[in-house]
Amino acid sequence: MQFFSYLINGISLGSVYALIALGYTMVYGIAKMLNFAHGDVIMIGSYVVFFTFGTSGMNPVLSILLSMVVCTILGVTVERIAYRPLREAPSLAVLITAIGVSYLLQQVAQLSWKSDPKSFISVVSGSDFLKPLTLFDGQLTISAETIVTIIACVVIMAALMWFVNCTSAGHAMLAVSEDRGAAQLMGVNVNATISLTFAIGSALAAVAGALLCSSYPTLQPTTGAMPGIKAFVAAVFGGIGSIPGAFVGGVLLGIIENLSKAYISTQLSDAIVFLVLIVVLIVKPTGLLGKKVNVKV
Amino acid sequence: MALLEVSNLGIAFGGLQAVAQLDLSIEKGHLYGLIGPNGAGKTTVFNMLTGVYRPTEGNIVLDGKDITGQNPELISRAGVARTFQNIRLFNDMTVLDNVKVGLHNQIKYNMWTGILRLPAYREKEHEMNRQAKKLLKIFDLDGQANLKASQLPYGKQRKLEIARALATNPKLLLLDEPAAGMNPNETEELMQTVRSVRDQFGIAILLIEHDMNFVMGICEEITVLDYGRVIARGDGKAIRNNPKVIAAYLGGD
Amino acid sequence: MNIKNMKRSTRSNLITFGIVIAFYLIVQILSAAGLLTNSFKGQLVPICAYVILAISLNLTVGILGELSLGHAGFMSVGAFSGTLVWVTMSPTTPQPLALLLAFVVGGVVAGIFGFLVGVPVLRLSGDYLAIVTLAFGEIVKNVMNACYLGLDANGLHFSLKDAGSLGMEADGKVLINGAMGITGISKASNFTIGTVLVILTLLVILNLVHSRAGRAITSIRDNEIAARSVGIPITKYKLMAFVTSAVFAGIAGVLYSLNYSSLVAKKFDYNTSILILVFVVLGGIGNLRGSVIAAAVLTVLPEMLRSMNDYRMLIYAIVLIVVMIFNQSPQMIELRSKLTARWRKGGKDETKKKGVA
Repeated sequence: MQFFSYLINGISLGSVYALIALGYTMVYGIAKMLNFAHGDVIMIGSYVVFFTFGTSGMNPVLSILLSMVVCTILGVTVERIAYRPLREAPSLAVLITAIGVSYLLQQVAQLSWKSDPKSFISVVSGSDFLKPLTLFDGQLTISAETIVTIIACVVIMAALMWFVNCTSAGHAMLAVSEDRGAAQLMGVNVNATISLTFAIGSALAAVAGALLCSSYPTLQPTTGAMPGIKAFVAAVFGGIGSIPGAFVGGVLLGIIENLSKAYISTQLSDAIVFLVLIVVLIVKPTGLLGKKVNVKV
Repeated sequence: MALLEVSNLGIAFGGLQAVAQLDLSIEKGHLYGLIGPNGAGKTTVFNMLTGVYRPTEGNIVLDGKDITGQNPELISRAGVARTFQNIRLFNDMTVLDNVKVGLHNQIKYNMWTGILRLPAYREKEHEMNRQAKKLLKIFDLDGQANLKASQLPYGKQRKLEIARALATNPKLLLLDEPAAGMNPNETEELMQTVRSVRDQFGIAILLIEHDMNFVMGICEEITVLDYGRVIARGDGKAIRNNPKVIAAYLGGD
Repeated sequence: MNIKNMKRSTRSNLITFGIVIAFYLIVQILSAAGLLTNSFKGQLVPICAYVILAISLNLTVGILGELSLGHAGFMSVGAFSGTLVWVTMSPTTPQPLALLLAFVVGGVVAGIFGFLVGVPVLRLSGDYLAIVTLAFGEIVKNVMNACYLGLDANGLHFSLKDAGSLGMEADGKVLINGAMGITGISKASNFTIGTVLVILTLLVILNLVHSRAGRAITSIRDNEIAARSVGIPITKYKLMAFVTSAVFAGIAGVLYSLNYSSLVAKKFDYNTSILILVFVVLGGIGNLRGSVIAAAVLTVLPEMLRSMNDYRMLIYAIVLIVVMIFNQSPQMIELRSKLTARWRKGGKDETKKKGVA
């Protein structure tokens, strides 16, 4: 039973990684850049929920929606100001800029809200119908946070797949990711499509932030950094650029992390996660579900 | 036996047969043309000859040695050099250094000699500079030796690519559309340079070119590809009058 | 032409060495005159270490053109192995010999790690390589954090659990104590050693870059496909650059670590890797002299900006973004060249006017 408990918690953590990884993967697929600041968008989103729901007692759903709006505006603004001028520049330039943005967001958070950790109040607490689930005569308890996280991830994932494959805006995204120049010639508004991608990724980051901090309730300016890096690893793991890949990569990563924490070593769990990533990339250089790209000579 | 013997060469990408049953025989010192409409598979042939793509069938024999499916580094050392349709220079290196990279396997000294500046360093570098300058002079680039490659005008970039390829001391030189983007004067000048390179170095040259005057003007033998297959072969005159070739270019059937 | 060209690169190298030596002399004079604050003196060895780190990372990022986000990982393995040598040998061996061995071991061990990581990983390129190096750095940090090493009469004992499970005799000594790292290091680094190492690093890397091997490495950066087509063995030269870079990161790690009385793995994290990368980028990618200056200035600057300590990193972040956009954006590059053209033209007009007058 212990094992199932670890496994389910792993899936829950993995679901959060998957949500964050979606932001990385979509941006990479469409704008061909690694948005290192994505993890810090999560942190900003979590602060919004902390102050509106946790401190001011706003309705949790409204609070998360507000956080999504804030993160969307933030993500789109960052893209417009910092990334768009560098769209044709070498990828290293964009990467460094993204690192700069990441520092900037962390510093702004630190100056505004101080670096001392805040204890985050779970968004499902105080709810009447979201209760922990007890199974097998109390041998297995699944927390409400875990259930909500997993359900939210599956629903969002399904919605996103529908959006990308069945709407014209989604088709535009696919077209831009395939060939930006050709998409532009076919009348796709590339700028708008990239903005939309950042908007969706950032909104998902807000949801991920609220869920993450509900399960792991300390919030400080660096809260987003590690989950950001891990989600990024998850995206690469599953095959960066692939939406199902982000899901598979995220969930697997969460499971590996939790099981190694439980059975091998708490301190080494991160090392194991990263080691698995290296092995996967060496065996399959484009990740589990990634596509091989040929350079035209 | 000819310098280059290609037999039954073919490659398929997924289900698409890009090139099939290609036979090609090029003698030492020959100027050979490979032409055909866009998408006929000409550059794919180059990519197979230089190891960028691994052929799915057939053999490539250079000077009696089978080089089929080897990697580009080995093929370069075996004696095949090339230029690229979309110029690929070392843009942030000087013109001189571009050629010196081409000399990499001709004049050698190891890492430690370089780091410790042993006497061999000075000597070998001097020799490299001398040979590189000589090549640059052939292409009238010696005045720009210290410019960055990216600062050269387009026509000169194409020439530098040829100079760099020659630096590897090839037996066979592959030129992928050397006259693309040049005006008639430059093209005329290039024709003479290519001819004189062949005479001076005694190497075989295989070239892809869309400029028919260029191809007909200098190639002794021409092979025409269409949809990855050979549709004609012969000298300029024979090709010009071949009804299949005319049909392929005019899009008839 | 040839001699002129040689002279140009030699002259540029001499300027770089001149800057390092001048800096060293000025510091010595100011120090003798008692004009240096203690906090500044404390920064001198770290400055040297960061300069070496920046130069060596620039070999990977600027000359080879591959992004590494795990430079601190190599620094860490170098620091730990070199410091272990120092701690165990310095009581019994002549000090200069023990110190020399510490640096050699630190460099070699880091180089071996560079090789082990490089062989499988250099097949990947671009962003993927960046991720794997990042992962490597994190692995090193986590493993060193959980690493226990002890020495007693029976030899070395190793554990990833805790000091208790080392199973040592009573007289045993714990060398690496997990997250507490190595303690009780007798400080051995000083500014002179640091400066000598900076010069050594510069000599090796500048000479490497301006040689046959260096040209091969640069050609891979500029156009890998073309480099292969002229017969450059890509893997060999990628590895050469990567391993050399790791060796000097290891040496810098030893230099850094021997400046303090204790060494912890946490110091060498992702942020340290990024910090070194920032030095490289702000100093100019591929510009080794720029790396020297950027690393030195950006290590000293925070000390000088003590008063605005809160805003230090904020300014840092903004500078980073602005510099990148200003230097790399195609529109900005065009705008700048237009402005320069206009300025030049303006200059000419003025001379003309003067001529007429």
